[in-house]
Amino acid sequence: MRHTIVVLVENKSGVLARIAGLFSARGFNIDSLSVGETEDFTISRMTIVVRGDEQILEQVMKQLNKLIDVIKVSDFLNVRHVERDLVMIKVKANSSTRSEILQIADIFRAKIIDVSAKTLIIEMTGNKDKIEALIKMLQPFEIEELARTGIIAMSRGMNKTKIEN
Amino acid sequence: MKLTGSQIFVECLKEQKVEILFGIPGGVLLPIFDALYDAPIKFILARHEQGAAHMADGYARVSGEVGVCIATSGPGATNLTTGLATAHMDSIPMVAFTGQVATSLIGNDAFQEADTTGITRSITKHNYLVKDVKNLAKIIREAFYIARSGRPGPVLIDLPVDVQKAVTEFSSSGKKVEIRSYKPNCSGHLQQIKKAVELISKSKQPVIYAGGGVVLSGGSEQLRELAEITQIPVTTTLMGMGSFPSYSELFLGMLGMHGTHYANFAMQQSDLIIAVGSRFDDRITAKIDAFAPHAKIIHIDIDPTSIGKNVKVDIPIVGDVKNVLKKLNETVFQEKDKFRKNRLEKWHEQIKKWKENNPLKYKEDDKLRPQFIMEKIYEATKGKAIIVTEVGQNQMWAQQFYKYDYPRHFLTSGGLGTMGYGFPAAIGAKIACPEKLVFDIAGDGSFQMNIQELATAAQNKIAVIVVVLNNNCLGMVRQWQELFYEKRYSATVFSGNPDFVKVAEAYNLEGLRITKKEEVEPALEKAIAMKKTVVLDFNIEKEENVFPMVPAGVPLDEIISGLA
Ligand SMILES: Cc1ncc(C[n+]2csc(CCOP(=O)(O)OP(=O)(O)O)c2C)c(N)n1
Ligand SMILES: [Mg+2]
Repeated sequence: MRHTIVVLVENKSGVLARIAGLFSARGFNIDSLSVGETEDFTISRMTIVVRGDEQILEQVMKQLNKLIDVIKVSDFLNVRHVERDLVMIKVKANSSTRSEILQIADIFRAKIIDVSAKTLIIEMTGNKDKIEALIKMLQPFEIEELARTGIIAMSRGMNKTKIEN
Repeated sequence: MKLTGSQIFVECLKEQKVEILFGIPGGVLLPIFDALYDAPIKFILARHEQGAAHMADGYARVSGEVGVCIATSGPGATNLTTGLATAHMDSIPMVAFTGQVATSLIGNDAFQEADTTGITRSITKHNYLVKDVKNLAKIIREAFYIARSGRPGPVLIDLPVDVQKAVTEFSSSGKKVEIRSYKPNCSGHLQQIKKAVELISKSKQPVIYAGGGVVLSGGSEQLRELAEITQIPVTTTLMGMGSFPSYSELFLGMLGMHGTHYANFAMQQSDLIIAVGSRFDDRITAKIDAFAPHAKIIHIDIDPTSIGKNVKVDIPIVGDVKNVLKKLNETVFQEKDKFRKNRLEKWHEQIKKWKENNPLKYKEDDKLRPQFIMEKIYEATKGKAIIVTEVGQNQMWAQQFYKYDYPRHFLTSGGLGTMGYGFPAAIGAKIACPEKLVFDIAGDGSFQMNIQELATAAQNKIAVIVVVLNNNCLGMVRQWQELFYEKRYSATVFSGNPDFVKVAEAYNLEGLRITKKEEVEPALEKAIAMKKTVVLDFNIEKEENVFPMVPAGVPLDEIISGLA
């Protein structure tokens, strides 16, 4: 089962290492991990996507909670939420392929953020499926470089992933 | 008032009522050691930082206070790590300080630089690198709070030399520490406790399985009360020894790999296991798929990650053992009529049979055997001594053949199994409790891992009795080779052991050699009377083994007796 876990942590150096260390020391695999500041600059928000059975996940959640710098841990499995991932793809493009690539980008509502004689950089946000579909479409043109931010997630409506005081 | 980092360090230790500090100085700690020179804190100069860490650990285990140690940057810090890992595995409250190179040099591969917070991240409960003297007091207060609260553990503070010298405003504080991201749950959920009592009242073959958490929480009294009002037999882990009195009819001894037959049989046949401050470690469960197949499980522990990690739990109760047991006992009391005295009669009879058929035993002939020595130590001390152990066969004999009736009287590296733990920990224990006799039950291998601390004992006039159960080998490993590797004694037999009596004498301490049974009692009497550190070199049977034992990979009740 795939779980999206949102973790609020103290915005201090070393916290990322603690969390990464926790996963590696216990042999849990991470699909993606992203970190950034939140509305409160003293708090960082991490989104971690992991796979594993219920028992492993329960252990992951408890271990995260046990870290002194972790303020709150939420599993979004049964929470209505939106997920986004941002991708940048540098793809080979010449005069004969460029227009076809632009058409594909257009269909996906992706943006062109850099052009050169031999390449294009395409930027798109979306969920995992959409991003994977775009990658598949661009593969025949030869992808030179690809970078993704990793998933970030937010619950819908008034459901908050915040610390209650 | 304006103080330097080093002065703040001293002030904060005073605030925390720290009376004693164990360690070794170094270049980047000069400011701190200068401040300590006339501070009202006793400093015990160890001979190796690992020794200092184990001393702080032994001190903490006996006193229940936070043990404090200090080491310099780089090699000082790396030497400390085994002590930290040992304390971490056994949940011992400690605060360790390390010197660090100046903040401007961190990351430059400076002289004696090591990434101490990086290295110790997974062997501490938490750690800090202090980059600004303004945060120092807050960090020290937090560290002590974290070390002693919740599931206790070691916390490390890395202190760059420039931070020790920098000046800032300091005011003493009596305020309780608040950390928004750290709120251990100590109380125990009442609904869960009620459910547990219901389950207990229905069980026919229940066992209480108590661990180090009982000792740490100070819940021994409550444990005894629970056992007595419910008449449920109790087995303890190695870490739980002394949390339940050995003289009680309800006591089953230790369970697990070198546990008693009857404790292991009782676990396997039980219909309910009440785990209290224990964690279903692999030395306890043996083959996990075959562990206690008919048992429902109630698990009481302060650490939610311990619950449901190795075995499926029916009723988890997160909370401090002492608090939870208090409430549990109250609930049992309210429903007294469900706990008639003789309701477990059949179960008690069964256990009695197991006890009669399979007592702990050893060959009683005229040879000098370690079990006999432990029994004599018990007699000589009337069971009131603090027994610290090394690791190996010595540790198991110390557990099996001395009887433990009080918590904080049996100190051993249970989780990490650190050879070399015993002697320095015994020094720390003696400092915490000078009026008690303190024994280090040692192997010849383990003792040599921190033998240099004889100098610490000599310099500080600390009286510990070191009992070297000298079999001229790494006995426990040799035992496994004998039983499972066709006696191919690869790298386990010593030649070149020193004369331990002479070693003691070289440090101006006492040494005695014992080679015969009849010499044991007089030697112990002499050692007890000496009031300084004595090394007793007992030349025991080389091929003596620890039994019973459950080999790796088989169920808990497939136990080898050893004696035909
Ligand atoms: C630091 C360390 N190194 C190695 C081991 C592995 N080990 C476990 S028991 C043992 C033998 C201990 O020998 P000794 O101290 O003489 O005790 P004995 O078993 O002979 O009583 C060894 C090497 C360990 N537990 N700790
Ligand atoms: Mg030995």
